[in-house]
Amino acid sequence: METILAILAGALVTAGLWLMLSGNLLRFLFGLMLLSNAVNLAIFAAGRLTEGRPPLLEPGGARPVGELANALPQALLLTAIVIGFGLFAFALALTIRAYRSFGHLEVDRMRLAEPEEPRGEA
Amino acid sequence: MAQDKSGFSLSRAAGYLAAAVAFALFAALFALAGAVLTTGAVLFDLAWVPSLGIGLSFMLDPLALIFAALITGIGGLIFLYATGYMGDHPQFGRFVLFLFLFMLSMLGLVLARDLITLFVFWELTSLTSYLLIGFSHDDPKARRNALQAMLVTAGGGLALLAGFILIGFAAGSYDLAVILQGGGLQTSPLYGAILTLVLLGAFTKSAQIPFHFWLPNAMAAPTPVSAYLHSATMVKAGVYLLARLHPALSGTGAWEITLTLAGGATALFASVMAIRQRDLKQALAWTTLMALGVLVLFLAQGTGVALTAALTFLIVHALYKAALFMVVGAVDHGTGSRDVTALRGLRRAMPLTAVSALLAAVSMAGLPPFLGWIGKELLYAGVTPWLVLPLLAANALIFAVAGVVALRPFWGAPPGPLPREPHEAGWQMLAGPVVLGVAGLVFGLMPGLLQPLLDAAVMGFGAAPAAELHLWAGVNLPLALSFATFGLGGLLFLAAPRLLARGTDLSFADRCWDRLLAGLASFATCLTRVIQSGRLSRYLTLSFLTAGLVTLVTLAAKRPLLAVDFTAPLPLWVIAGFMLGGAALALTPHSRIANIAGIGTVGIGVALIFLIFGAPDVAVTQLMVECLSAVLFGIALLRLPGITERRSPRRRALHWGIAGIVGLSVTLILLAITAHPPDRQLATYFEENSFSLAHGLNIVNVILVDFRAFDTFGELTVVLLAGIGAWALLKRRIGRARG
Repeated sequence: METILAILAGALVTAGLWLMLSGNLLRFLFGLMLLSNAVNLAIFAAGRLTEGRPPLLEPGGARPVGELANALPQALLLTAIVIGFGLFAFALALTIRAYRSFGHLEVDRMRLAEPEEPRGEA
Repeated sequence: MAQDKSGFSLSRAAGYLAAAVAFALFAALFALAGAVLTTGAVLFDLAWVPSLGIGLSFMLDPLALIFAALITGIGGLIFLYATGYMGDHPQFGRFVLFLFLFMLSMLGLVLARDLITLFVFWELTSLTSYLLIGFSHDDPKARRNALQAMLVTAGGGLALLAGFILIGFAAGSYDLAVILQGGGLQTSPLYGAILTLVLLGAFTKSAQIPFHFWLPNAMAAPTPVSAYLHSATMVKAGVYLLARLHPALSGTGAWEITLTLAGGATALFASVMAIRQRDLKQALAWTTLMALGVLVLFLAQGTGVALTAALTFLIVHALYKAALFMVVGAVDHGTGSRDVTALRGLRRAMPLTAVSALLAAVSMAGLPPFLGWIGKELLYAGVTPWLVLPLLAANALIFAVAGVVALRPFWGAPPGPLPREPHEAGWQMLAGPVVLGVAGLVFGLMPGLLQPLLDAAVMGFGAAPAAELHLWAGVNLPLALSFATFGLGGLLFLAAPRLLARGTDLSFADRCWDRLLAGLASFATCLTRVIQSGRLSRYLTLSFLTAGLVTLVTLAAKRPLLAVDFTAPLPLWVIAGFMLGGAALALTPHSRIANIAGIGTVGIGVALIFLIFGAPDVAVTQLMVECLSAVLFGIALLRLPGITERRSPRRRALHWGIAGIVGLSVTLILLAITAHPPDRQLATYFEENSFSLAHGLNIVNVILVDFRAFDTFGELTVVLLAGIGAWALLKRRIGRARG
C-alpha cells in the first residue's frame, strides 16, 4: 500500500514541479497545490498505513485492542494542510496584485527589483 | 599633530608600559625556568568546551620556554625601540596595542597545550600580523602585502585546523601531552593526510618555498614590526609547530624528504636572493628566509646533534636578526636611506649603532667567539653528508650578506649626500641592538648558560641526548668547513657590489599570486552571474535540480533497502487512477476550469486516502480546504488572464526531466523509509497518555490542542497573518492609486 502512495507522491511532485517551472504565475500556483498534496501524502505514507482504525480511544479512556493508525503524522498533517492553505491564499492574492501592477503573469519579465544587467546575458 | 616638546605623551607611556609588561613576563618565565627544568613542564588548565574534549590549557616545557623567552625578551626590547623609532607617530597608541596583542597571541601559541587552543592563537597571530603589516594603511602597497600575508598564513591555518582535527581522531585527544606520549602517529592510517595538512600550515607560516613570497613583502610594515616578526615570532611559529609535533610525526621517509627538500631549497634560494638586494631591509628579510630554511632542514632529522643545532641556531638567529633589523631601522631613522650602495662611513656619526651592528654581524657571520660560531659548528656537525655543500654555499652567502648589511654602511669613506644629516639614535633604539649583540657574545663565551635548557628541550623530543656546546671542539671536519665558509664568504663579499647590479626583481611567485586572486574574483563573478541571474525560472531550475540530484546521489551511494509491495485494496487503485488523471488535467494549458477540476480531483483523492486509512479528522479538513481553494481559484480566474504555454518543446522536455528527477527521488525516499519498521514510540506515548493526562478520546485532537497546543497557536497566527496580508494586497484603493 505504501508503495502505491510512494509512486503517487512522486508523480504528483513531478507534475507540480513541471507546472511551477512553466514561468506563468497562475500555473505556478496550480503546481504549488499539487506539490503540497504530494508532500502531505508522503508524510502520511511515512507514518505507515493502517486500514480503518482511526486513533480514537474507547469511552472511559481504554485503548482498543490491536494497532491503531499512527496519530502523530495525522496531527502534523492537520497543521500542514491549514498552513498550506494560508500560503496558497496569500500567494493567490499576490498573483492577482502582480497582474494588476504588471499586466501580465510571466515571472521572468518581472524584473523591477533586479533589472536586467546592462551587458545582458546570452 | 603637534610635536610633543615636553617629552611626555600618553601613547609613548603606553609603549613604555608594554615594554615593562613584556619584561615582567620575561622575568616570570625566568623564575619558572627552574621548575620547568626539574619537573619537565608546568601545566595550567581551564575547561573550555569539555563536551568536545577541548581545554584552554597551557604547558610550559623547555621547548616552549625557549620560544616564550625569545618572544617576551625581544618583545620588550622591540617596544622600547618602537617608542624611540615612531613614538611621535599620530597612531602610535594603536600600534602599541596591535603589537602587544600580537605578542600575547604568539605567547599563547607557544604555550598552548591543547591543539584547538593552539590553532586559535595561530590564527590570532595571522590576524594581528595583518594589522601590523598594513599599519601604514594609506599606502596601497602595505594594504596589499598585509592582505597577502594574511591570506597565505590564514589559508595555511585552515589546513592546519583540518590536520589538528585528524590528529584528534588518530590520537583520541587534542591534548598535546597525551599526543606526544602516545607513541607517535606514524603508523596511523591518517598519517599521510595529517602530515600534508600540518606541513601546509607550517610551511605557509614559516614561508618555505613555494609559499615564501609573502615574507619579503611583509617588509611593508614599520621596521620594529619587521624586527619582531622576523626574529622571534611570526615566522618562527611554523618552526615551533614542526618542533612541537616532531615526536609525533617525524622519523618517516615522507617527513625527512619533504622537510629536507623544502628547507634546503628555501635556504639556498633565499641566500642567493639576499646578496642581490640593495635595500638593507630586504636583504635581511631574505636572510630570515634562509634561516627558516635551515631550521626546517635540521628538523627533518631526529638525531641529538641535529636537534641541538636547530635549537641553537634558532636562538642565534633570533638574537642577531632582531638586533640587525633594529640597526637598519636606526640607520634609516638617522640618515633617511636604506640603500646599501649609498651608505658609507656612518661609524663616526653613529658609533654605538656601529658597534652593536658589528656585534650582531659577527655572530651572523659565524665568527668566534660568538654564539653564531657555535651554532654554525653544530650545523656542520649535524648536517646530512649530501647536504654539506648546499649548506656551505648558504653559509658563505650569509657571511657575505652580514658584511654588506652591517659593515659596509659603517666603515670606509665618509658618506656622500644623504636625505638627512646622520645622527645617533636615542637610548630606546640603542638598547635592543646593544643588549642582543652583547648576549650573542656572552652566550658564545659561556655556552654553559644555555646548555641545561637545550639539554632539556632536546630530551623533550625523545631523541638522543643533546650535543655539547663548545667554543673549541678540536680540529675536525666542522672546523675545516668553517674556514672554507669564511674563505668563500670573503670572496662573495668582495664580489657583492657586482652582484647587486644584477637587479633584484624576482617576483614570479608574486605575479602568480596576483593572477590567482584575480582569477578567483572573476570566477566568483562568473558563478554569481550564472546562479543568480535574477530570473525566477533559473532559480527554480537550479534549486530543484540540486535537491533532486543530491538526493539521488546520496541514495546511489548508500543503496538503502527499498520496500516494493503492490498489494493494496481495490479502492486505493481506483483513487490513485483518478488522482493521476486529475494531475494530467491540471497540466493542460487550454482550459483553466479543467485545471481547477483536475487539482480538485487530486485533493479529494487525498482526502479519500486519509479516510480509508484511519484519519477521518484529516480527511474532513482536507475536504474543506479543497473546496475553499476551488472557490478562491474560481474568484481569482475572473480577474486573471488565460494561460498560454510559452515554452518550446525542448524546454518542456527539459523541465519534465528536472521535475522527474525530483519526483523519482521522493518515491525512492519513501520506499526506503517504509522498508524499515516504524518507530511508534511517540504514537504509543500519545495513545497511553491522551486520556490520563488530557481527558480526551480523540488522540489527534488531544495532540493538537493539548500536547502541541503552542504549535497550533502558532499555526493559527500564521493563517491570520496570511489573511491580513492577502486583504492588504487586494485592497482596491491602493491598486488604483498606483496603477
